[in-house]
Amino acid sequence: MHIGAPAVPAVNVGDEVKVGQLIANAGGAVSSPIYSGVSGKVKKIDEMLLSNGSKSPAIVIECDMKQETVEFIPPVVETFEDFIKAASLSGVVGLGGAGFPLHIKLGIKDMSKLDYVIINCAECEGYITSDTRTMLEKTDEFMDGIALIQRFYPNKKVIIGIEDNKKQCIDKLKPLCKAQNVEIKVLPSVYPTGGEKVLVYNITGRMIPEGKLPLDVGAIVINCTTLTCLQNYIRNGIPLYEKTVTVDGSAVNEPKNVIVPIGTMVSDVIEFCGGYKEEPKKILYGGTMMGISVPNDSVPILKNTNAILAFGKKEATLPKTTECINCGRCVQHCPMKLMPTMINIAYEHKDTQKLAKHKVNICMECGCCSFVCPANRPLVQTNKLAKALLRQQAVKK
Amino acid sequence: MSQLITQISPHIHDKTSTQKIMLDVIIALLPASIAGVALFGLRALFVELLCVVACVFFEWAFEKLCKRPNTIGDLSAVVTGLLLALNLPVDIEAWQAVFGCAVAIIVTKQLFGGIGKNFANPALTARIVMLMSFSATMSRWTLPNGVDATTTATPLAILISNAEGELPSLWHMLIGLRGGCIGETCALALMAGGVYLLVRKVITWHTPVSCILTVAVLALILKQNVIYHLLSGGLLIGAIFMATDYATTPCTKWGKVIFGVGCGFLTVVIRMWSIYPEGVSFAILLMNILTPFIERATLSRPFGGDKT
Repeated sequence: MHIGAPAVPAVNVGDEVKVGQLIANAGGAVSSPIYSGVSGKVKKIDEMLLSNGSKSPAIVIECDMKQETVEFIPPVVETFEDFIKAASLSGVVGLGGAGFPLHIKLGIKDMSKLDYVIINCAECEGYITSDTRTMLEKTDEFMDGIALIQRFYPNKKVIIGIEDNKKQCIDKLKPLCKAQNVEIKVLPSVYPTGGEKVLVYNITGRMIPEGKLPLDVGAIVINCTTLTCLQNYIRNGIPLYEKTVTVDGSAVNEPKNVIVPIGTMVSDVIEFCGGYKEEPKKILYGGTMMGISVPNDSVPILKNTNAILAFGKKEATLPKTTECINCGRCVQHCPMKLMPTMINIAYEHKDTQKLAKHKVNICMECGCCSFVCPANRPLVQTNKLAKALLRQQAVKK
Repeated sequence: MSQLITQISPHIHDKTSTQKIMLDVIIALLPASIAGVALFGLRALFVELLCVVACVFFEWAFEKLCKRPNTIGDLSAVVTGLLLALNLPVDIEAWQAVFGCAVAIIVTKQLFGGIGKNFANPALTARIVMLMSFSATMSRWTLPNGVDATTTATPLAILISNAEGELPSLWHMLIGLRGGCIGETCALALMAGGVYLLVRKVITWHTPVSCILTVAVLALILKQNVIYHLLSGGLLIGAIFMATDYATTPCTKWGKVIFGVGCGFLTVVIRMWSIYPEGVSFAILLMNILTPFIERATLSRPFGGDKT
């Protein structure tokens, strides 16, 4: 569900649960509670294989289809501490994809370090439009979320970063932003504009150094849906238990954005969208550039799932890998100005010194290098392996 | 549900391939190839076809022999063959051309590991080997469209070493009505190919522009006829098609500029002070050798990182 310690189940087998009921507590400081998206009976508490191959405890609830909700009580939020506490209780994590518990990011100790709060509305991956829908359908809630940010981060510059292909959103947000004194920065629609490092650089001109966070250059970045969900908890007491998800891809009958209770099986979501048009060969959590492919559709929607894409055979098969011809396209297109070719050679030789020298750790794994490679070489894939190799070595030391 | 494909992202590809890039290069070479046939007659077409077929055959045969995967589908051997043909005089003996193809594909390319692994440009190396081996036929220049095969001096020879003959007019230089190799004389056709490659983003402007500018500046300093220096010899075909070969030139932006300047500089030096009237081939080959060093010296500075 999120990065950090897994949540600890707070219900027992046989318990009746309602929508919005707490079913698991945060399992540590860097963790987040989980709320039920359905009403029904807890059938079992089991282990479940996650998309990344690791196992995690899972609470299985049998729906009673009544969708009765608990009584939502808005939390009292007066001070900054209340705000952070609300963020941690809301169950909201980084919904842009990273799944990092929100209260950790928001709980800034030294306010003098912070200059910018950037609202990430870029949504630069193809196919995904769930953030766009949030901005269009929950505009007031979103702007109220920004008002909360302005209240608890006084005198900080709040800037919305959005790609210029979202004309509707920009038109709708512009007058509201003006009234609320929020700057809206329209960025070119070039993947990966929404990448944290790229976004911070494009908006503030500040470069995040290797291994550092946006806060180290005086900025925090919050995804627009994340902020809207936080607002929903603070104003209405409604925690994160459902999620807007883009369902798309060549193998889906009726591509659309749907609001899904978290924990719903992917197969059920696809069935709701008219089922499969053709036999799926690849199903992704997230977009085509950074999404994770899953082994089957019996996997649940997670908090940070922003899209489910299903592709048929044609789209699922990539061209064959051939020899590198040193064309330099990967070098030209790397947003981090790395040299994927050199990193690849260094990794083949398991030369960790060279890998560190070529700064592979700066790679944000956007996938541009692999995308443009005429030889279809696994460049970003190798970068990931190289980073893992460096981590292993660091642990050994 | 059958087993799904699980892979690491990205899950899409921009559909470029080595084959498509090579096809673009072939298309870019077509104007010069056609001009060569128009200027030098059908024998030029024969040489072009012969070299292409020979190069593809050698690639196929060598890979078959070494049990390597067959790569003739990537069309790189076709490019090598065509480039080599365009760099040969029209009267080259057929067996000599085939020998050149063997040098290009087997010695320069395959023995170093095949596509992308060679450090020297195959067509260029083959041309130089042929120039050394068959000096007589390699420097027997026929005047295009001429009455029978009247041999003539190249404009460069006339310019620099005061060889006998009259300089062709500027218009003749542009359309290629001068002594020279099959594909190097028609400046307009070569430039059209260059523009195509730039538009298709197969090459960047860095190498050709820096190379040609360097020659222009040096020619100006040395009080030479700048325009003739630029249009003569193999400068255009070299700067546009040879100095931009991926495998044998730097892939960094500044590396490309340094490479181009180096090629231009060496070209002028060889033209002015060596026993050879033309130096583009040697210049590019020498710079090929320096490529790894240039690349290492011009590594980009990663975002947010110290200089590597």
